[in-house]
Amino acid sequence: MSITHLLFWFLTVLALGSALMVIFSKNPVHSILWLIATFFAISGHYILLNAQFLAIVNIIVYAGAIMVLFLFVVMLMNLNSASIPLKNKWLGFAGVISGGSLLLVLTAALKDTEIMRNDVMMKTGDIGLIHNLGLVLFKDYVLPFEISSVLFLSAMVGAVVIGKKD
Amino acid sequence: MTIQHYIFLAVALFSIGVIGVLTRRNIIIIFMCIELMLNAVNLLLVAFSKMHHLAAAAVDATTQAGIDGQLFVFFIMVVAAAEVSVGLAIIVMMYRNTHSVDVNFLNRLKH
Repeated sequence: MSITHLLFWFLTVLALGSALMVIFSKNPVHSILWLIATFFAISGHYILLNAQFLAIVNIIVYAGAIMVLFLFVVMLMNLNSASIPLKNKWLGFAGVISGGSLLLVLTAALKDTEIMRNDVMMKTGDIGLIHNLGLVLFKDYVLPFEISSVLFLSAMVGAVVIGKKD
Repeated sequence: MTIQHYIFLAVALFSIGVIGVLTRRNIIIIFMCIELMLNAVNLLLVAFSKMHHLAAAAVDATTQAGIDGQLFVFFIMVVAAAEVSVGLAIIVMMYRNTHSVDVNFLNRLKH
């Protein structure tokens, strides 16, 4: 078992375990911290696949910006777990059954397909480096890139308009 | 590693996100589970990109096949960031009106 396999399984266990802790934590702040751990594990997977640019962007954008926004909102709202009323036990049970069925169906449907034995290029390959990604981004994808700036502007205006008092 | 490891990991992460959306009633945690599902898809896109690149690199060593998948992930992150900013503004607005983040109190679409 090579170091790559060990790292893969370690990051997989870390990602799945902290994803489970996200949905089973009672305190919303703990959920957010576990979600940050999940994002770091996913960034580790990106590094293992040599997608270095996406790994850094994932940490900066998701773990850095989005989760801090979540933390700010939760702390501004001053949520305490006592304000959440008692929930229906069967509703949670039905939700877990539904999600488990989705997992079962997808796993059973994909298990024997032809593509499953294809190898993935680990640790090598330079398509994930910022040099190559930047060249393609500003040559072939420059129009979506510029349109996304308009999207950000409208999101910013929308957030300000929705968030201000009346 | 083969692609099936990544497929099963992404399917498991996505299902955990679905379970969270279905069982939790705190709207912020539901929102976080949506982010979790987006990240599962992103991971799968990167894995498929590297799989495609490996197959193409066996034919032509200087190929850049598969780079589109990683740019797609980049644009998904862009859209997710915009979505989160507007969504959290809506959540703050709803909290100001109802003083609750329980989705069962928000099912009327009117004040």
